Amino acid sequence: MNKEEILKRMGKAIVEGNKDETEALANEAIKQRLDLNEVIDKGYVPGIEKVGELWEKGEYFLPELITSAECMKGAMRVLQPELEKAQISAKSKGKVVIGTVEGDIHDIGKNLVASMLAANGFQVIDLGADVKLEKFIEKAEAENADFICLSALLTTTMLGQKKVIEMLKEKNLAGRYKVLVGGAPVNQQWADDIGANGYGENAMVAVRITKKLIGE
Amino acid sequence: MIKTIRPKLEFLSKEFIQKIIEEAHEILEKQGVFVENEEALKLFKEAGMRVDEQAQRVYITQQLAEDSLSSSPSIIRLYDRTGEKEFIVGKDHVHFDPGSTAITILDHKTSVERKAVSEDLVKFCRLTDCLEHFDFQSTGIVSSDVPDLISDSYRLYIGLQFSAKPVVTGTFRVEGFKPMHDMLAAVRGGEKNLAEKPLAIFDACPSPPLKWSNLTTQSLIDCARAGIPSELISMGMTGATSPVTIAGTLVQHVAENLSGLVITQLAKKGAPVIFGGSPSSFDMRKGTTPMGAIETMMIDSAYTQIGKYLNLPTHAYMGLSDSKINDSQAGLETGIGAVMAALSGVNVISGPGMMNFESCQSLEKLVVDNEICSMACRAIEGISQRDEPIAKNLFEGFTQETQFLTMPHTRKWYREEHTFPAIIDRDTYDYWVSLGKKSIADRASEEVERLLKENPPSLLDDDILQELRKIMDSDAKACGISSLPEIKL
Repeated sequence: MNKEEILKRMGKAIVEGNKDETEALANEAIKQRLDLNEVIDKGYVPGIEKVGELWEKGEYFLPELITSAECMKGAMRVLQPELEKAQISAKSKGKVVIGTVEGDIHDIGKNLVASMLAANGFQVIDLGADVKLEKFIEKAEAENADFICLSALLTTTMLGQKKVIEMLKEKNLAGRYKVLVGGAPVNQQWADDIGANGYGENAMVAVRITKKLIGE
Repeated sequence: MIKTIRPKLEFLSKEFIQKIIEEAHEILEKQGVFVENEEALKLFKEAGMRVDEQAQRVYITQQLAEDSLSSSPSIIRLYDRTGEKEFIVGKDHVHFDPGSTAITILDHKTSVERKAVSEDLVKFCRLTDCLEHFDFQSTGIVSSDVPDLISDSYRLYIGLQFSAKPVVTGTFRVEGFKPMHDMLAAVRGGEKNLAEKPLAIFDACPSPPLKWSNLTTQSLIDCARAGIPSELISMGMTGATSPVTIAGTLVQHVAENLSGLVITQLAKKGAPVIFGGSPSSFDMRKGTTPMGAIETMMIDSAYTQIGKYLNLPTHAYMGLSDSKINDSQAGLETGIGAVMAALSGVNVISGPGMMNFESCQSLEKLVVDNEICSMACRAIEGISQRDEPIAKNLFEGFTQETQFLTMPHTRKWYREEHTFPAIIDRDTYDYWVSLGKKSIADRASEEVERLLKENPPSLLDDDILQELRKIMDSDAKACGISSLPEIKL
């Protein structure tokens, strides 16, 4: 298999959500000592972009979208150790700390956003569900993150999103991180009221907004 | 795999059905039925029935009614314009078609009913043609820009041109049958082919109680001989033109339908006939005939059950509303009716698009109702065991992180298990706001425009079209009409 062939098949495997194939191709790229950043940019990324297009067109729904995103993550898991070994840092669009706020155990929406952000080239640190509010800030500080993403499904727990933003202010960290909020009861009005930098009503919009905030 | 059951709605016990049928037979035998058509009276006499020619009243024995029942086919096969697509009318097959013979159309922009013209009828036919859940079209609108004399044949003339679907239609005058039959035969390539592969159903409405007018009787006879299925549309109004109790109306309904069925079988043994109707619960406060009343739907569902018991194909006017605009009432009456009809296993369900007591059609409602029909069709597919085991294997080694979105099982089944409506609102609030806070009627109106723009009309071959024109022109001429409206696409 030549390079062009590998790159083409990578994109196709992502679009089809074929996890085994995406990972096998990642291993093949390593074996052939290909430029791994090129492999990501010209092989996998066009695939995930195509998936985004199919979603926008209404042909792909959540199962296809997220399966493709998971494939992307799978490929990255194979490539990451090689990139580190070669002391090449994988290109990252930015670092995201994400989680569902304290008191809320719903994490399907958060998982979708995390998956899609990772698939679109962001480095995602997923803190899981029912995350203590201080932990978002501690982790963001420790990891030198760019974004804090706060998910909430309940009208009671969405107040946690507001508290995190207040805590950032108290610690003189306002403006240091872009704060994004999401979840079923959340809307743009709420995001504006609490001073969040963005709100995405679904995972694809979340990716679009995050990209916009980094000037892409 | 465990067999999927078809969910079913039934109102009557077997004992109740038998009693209703028994009383219907007794009425036909002892009280008789009015038949204002000489040819039919002759047929009855030849069959040995007691006929009072002066009164045009005929007494039908239970024996003849039962013989007629056993010679009527339990299944009818209809074919679309190409003759390739087959639709089985019978068993528990369900087919929706738009409600027929509206005289007005609801103008979306002004929310006002106005007289319909040819252009509306063309749009209506084209729209019906591209809406997935209507298996049949209907000659649903009377055009006010052609003289009443030819409005029956003219509707069919337009319908055959702009939709390939089988058509539910009917005559408004005795002379209407010939040109309509000629047009159908022209499309099918001859009368024999048409009889083998019917393209149309003709509705025939008795006048309650228990009277067959000259026109409807002739339609029954002509259709039977041409192999065209007749749909018997009994329409008692409880407490006004039929007994006030639901069971009482059912007795009359069965008697009327049976007498119509006997006429078809006397005209031609084995002629296709559909046990149908459009009865209503008469509103004693307003003097109106609400098609959206729950009692109307109960009568429909119950006579359908009786029709099935008699082993006949069935029809009902359900899935329509009495509302004057596309509001909640329009949706709820149509929705309840369509779902009840589907669960009752009505074979031909006429109603979508209709409002205001069967007098008005709405293109927007037609689009909304298509989605209602989609829901009804999904419901009767029932719940299936798709896999063996059902799901326990999906939980093997499950963790707190387990989700189902990325499971191949999800991708395999979600589009089959779940439906995705086009214009029903399932958006988040903000997204809905960003789209302009539109009501379903507004979205439906946009969908009407989109569908008509994106789907070119399925037109007939030129030579058939010429033949249709010739038939229509000569029918018009015979009625003293010199010109027909120009049809613009």
